[in-house]
Amino acid sequence: MERNVALIAVFAALIAALGLMPNLMLASGVPITAQSLGVMLCGTVLGAKRGALAVLLFVALVALGLPLLAGGRGGLGVFASPTAGFIIGFPIAAFAAGVVMEQTRQLPVGLAAGIAAALGGILVLYILGVSGFMLVLNKSLVEALVILIWYIPGDLIKAALAGFITAGLARARPASVLSRR
Amino acid sequence: MISLTSPVETAAHRWSAGPKLALLCGATVVLFAVGSTVWQLVFLMLTAFLYLLPGRVFALSGARRLWGLWPFVALILLWHAVTRDLSGGALIVFRMLTAVALANLVTMTTRLSDMMGVVRWLLMPLARLGFPARRVEMALALVIRFTPVLADKGKMLMLAWRARSPKRPGWRILIPFAVLAIDDAEHVAEALRARGGL
Repeated sequence: MERNVALIAVFAALIAALGLMPNLMLASGVPITAQSLGVMLCGTVLGAKRGALAVLLFVALVALGLPLLAGGRGGLGVFASPTAGFIIGFPIAAFAAGVVMEQTRQLPVGLAAGIAAALGGILVLYILGVSGFMLVLNKSLVEALVILIWYIPGDLIKAALAGFITAGLARARPASVLSRR
Repeated sequence: MISLTSPVETAAHRWSAGPKLALLCGATVVLFAVGSTVWQLVFLMLTAFLYLLPGRVFALSGARRLWGLWPFVALILLWHAVTRDLSGGALIVFRMLTAVALANLVTMTTRLSDMMGVVRWLLMPLARLGFPARRVEMALALVIRFTPVLADKGKMLMLAWRARSPKRPGWRILIPFAVLAIDDAEHVAEALRARGGL
């Protein structure tokens, strides 16, 4: 029990810390904000239930007024902004990634994690994020997609990274990759 | 960890958090129900007035927090200029700014401890049903402590990378970073168990 609580808390802090660190560069020089990568990792490493709890903890602390989102944003205003759907969708995205990870045990960890991160962290997250965007800015589905579709290539790269990192963790700390235990 | 509560003490700092949150919910529902641009402008003006009440420093820090929305404001106005519906665009922009500003206002005038009180109050009925409310509070406290610790460890990893490579730190740094985080969690779990557990 203590171990679960500590891992959940540490992964929530990991998402926050990824937002505090300067942007990492990909080989091509494209900067990535690693925060949504943190959400994917919660699902692929901790599994559906614990991953969702970790992200929920992070979102709760943002709502309570801590500046944990990238760029020092936080507080209740985030939940009224056009990107609210993405923040609210974070725990559900992690849950979906965890479910996919737990259902694909026959695949190698890295490949399964990449697929799980793409399905949870992109497909599910965008369904919720685009809905929020449509609601706050009063846009149609097509209009919202035209604006948001440009972020998807970057997110695909993050899903691939989530796969590599989860595979690395499964080698370095196999006992802690709870989604595969 | 410093929360986003304003250091400028306002009268609203002394109100309890629950009613403020309830008012915010009500105000947001009204904002999304009213479809008149003129009324939305009135709401925005009223909100600006609320920000000006505690003085210049408070209003400026509030305005700075809204500044992050400028890409959306530009996008919407441009979009509606192209579709020749500027009044519809203004409605969306006014409503978005008011909704975010009001929510920020609650965050700026409510201390973290008061917000935690609301969480505790919300969890109370669940705790009676066997929900582990104490564990949630413990986890919240752990995240607040872990975040700066992990951020520091990440910075150290980046320094170590720079000492060895002329290139900027890349994504590969994230694996040792996550390993460090997991090791921290295992140590803390052991320490919690040693002190009687949760």
